[in-house]
Amino acid sequence: MQLESAQIANVRKARRKWIQIIGFGVLGAATALTVLPILAIVVDIFSKGWSAFSVTFLTSFPSDGMRAGGILPALVGTLWLTLGTAVAAVPVGLGAAIYLAEYAPDNAWTRTIRVAIINLAGIPSVVYGLFGLGLFVLFLRFGTSILAGSLTLAIMTLPVIISTAEEALRAVPHSFRVVSVSLGGTRWQTVRRIVLPQALPGILTGVILGLERAAGETAPILFTAAAFFLPRLPTSPLDATMALPYHLFVISTQVPGMPLRIQYGTAAVLLLFVLGMNLIATAIRSRARARRQW
Amino acid sequence: MVTSTAPGLWKIIVEGLTLVYSDGRESLRNVSLSIPAHAISVIFGPAGGGKSTLLRSFNRLNDLTDVTRQEGHIWLDGSDILDPTTDVIALRRRVGMVFARPVVLPMTVRQNLTYGLELAGQRDRAALDAAVETSLTAAALWDEVRDRLDAPATSLSGGQQQRLCLARVLALEPEVILLDEPTSGLDPISTEKVEASLQDLKASYTIVLVPHSVQQAARMADMAAFMLEGELVEVGRGRRLFVRPKDKRTEDYVEGRFG
Repeated sequence: MQLESAQIANVRKARRKWIQIIGFGVLGAATALTVLPILAIVVDIFSKGWSAFSVTFLTSFPSDGMRAGGILPALVGTLWLTLGTAVAAVPVGLGAAIYLAEYAPDNAWTRTIRVAIINLAGIPSVVYGLFGLGLFVLFLRFGTSILAGSLTLAIMTLPVIISTAEEALRAVPHSFRVVSVSLGGTRWQTVRRIVLPQALPGILTGVILGLERAAGETAPILFTAAAFFLPRLPTSPLDATMALPYHLFVISTQVPGMPLRIQYGTAAVLLLFVLGMNLIATAIRSRARARRQW
Repeated sequence: MVTSTAPGLWKIIVEGLTLVYSDGRESLRNVSLSIPAHAISVIFGPAGGGKSTLLRSFNRLNDLTDVTRQEGHIWLDGSDILDPTTDVIALRRRVGMVFARPVVLPMTVRQNLTYGLELAGQRDRAALDAAVETSLTAAALWDEVRDRLDAPATSLSGGQQQRLCLARVLALEPEVILLDEPTSGLDPISTEKVEASLQDLKASYTIVLVPHSVQQAARMADMAAFMLEGELVEVGRGRRLFVRPKDKRTEDYVEGRFG
């Protein structure tokens, strides 16, 4: 009898062990599956595009019908568009987030606003592009321009900035606000001196992630800002511009006889641009986490 | 700052105060109570009896909470602080508050102390430095932190943090200090230090204390008020409530039969 129950216990133990191993195996495989494509993309693009990399590639205009030369106007265009997006989206997004997190009463009206913001994030980017075409390019007569493109990208980026900033503001402990008010602080003093500084790293992270997405988008700038080819750099916000994502699309599909290494080189630059922003966001976040006192 | 003391004995007079939160939580029912100046008044009773609510009414901190109904008056030196025209910012500088959990602001020790003064517009470096030393000394913390004024406030121990919270209130030179179970999270030695500070401070301030135990209530009270389920049951001078309670409910609570 005793022997039998000992045997049963042993069998159960062995089974538990195997279930553990299989379980970890499946979960590990799932994790690997998410990392593998990213690794594959990065390795593929950099290995094939590396040979195109040079200072001249970044600082010269495309030549020979874009089949040779560099990507300067596209790179500069993307920098301007990203900057323009930041200038337009950050004040509005931060303002909205501060209002929603610190001032707005919890009622049907503000709940509707929140639902609208969440839904805004789900709108396909090409729809933003068409909206920008209608509003900024045609109705407001900005034409195909950096201004129209930046504003379109800004509208697309707003939901990301608002949501992450609001979350960062709400993460600041409520007790700090009560203490500040009890020491004679007004609501705005409390926000400016306590809540905002504490939430800043989280807000910055959200802003960068939003801009990163804007920098890589093609559809919203397709009808609002992007030019197929321009032999000069933009000189005013009302100029059209080349941009990296659109340029990549053009040289990948619209130009016959395009050398592969330039296509891959352009993709690599865009990837570096976006991953670089991501890296900055991660650095800000981990630095802030190490310093945080709550 | 010249602090005007109430003509006579009473600093705060609560008159028929009724307060209902919008979610139906803890409320006050027709509470009337007089708080003497330059003494320690203790408001005690079981949890949920309205002690904190009453305390938070004295500096209008309930404004941050959803209150559906508020009736009655709270006279501070003869003016009604519940009046809608009251300058609540100025009020909160006159009536400071120390909370149950020591919440230091995420800044240095020094910045915690100067925060309130800077909000009030004080920019003079010398005045701020003087306030830092005076308030820390009054809270019996100066000797322990004088070399660490620019260290993060969170690097202090729990007991030191709570005394910093007290010092932070003192730096504003208030007239009234409200303390909501200020020693509930502290060890006996830190508790003793805080209690000793309060005994020293009562000469210059009006102190209202919600104690964390009946023992502390009895130790500290120059006047004691027993609150139960939003009602003021009994008020007495000194230790009277703890030795000769008149109301059966006070007696039961003090002798540990409930709560």
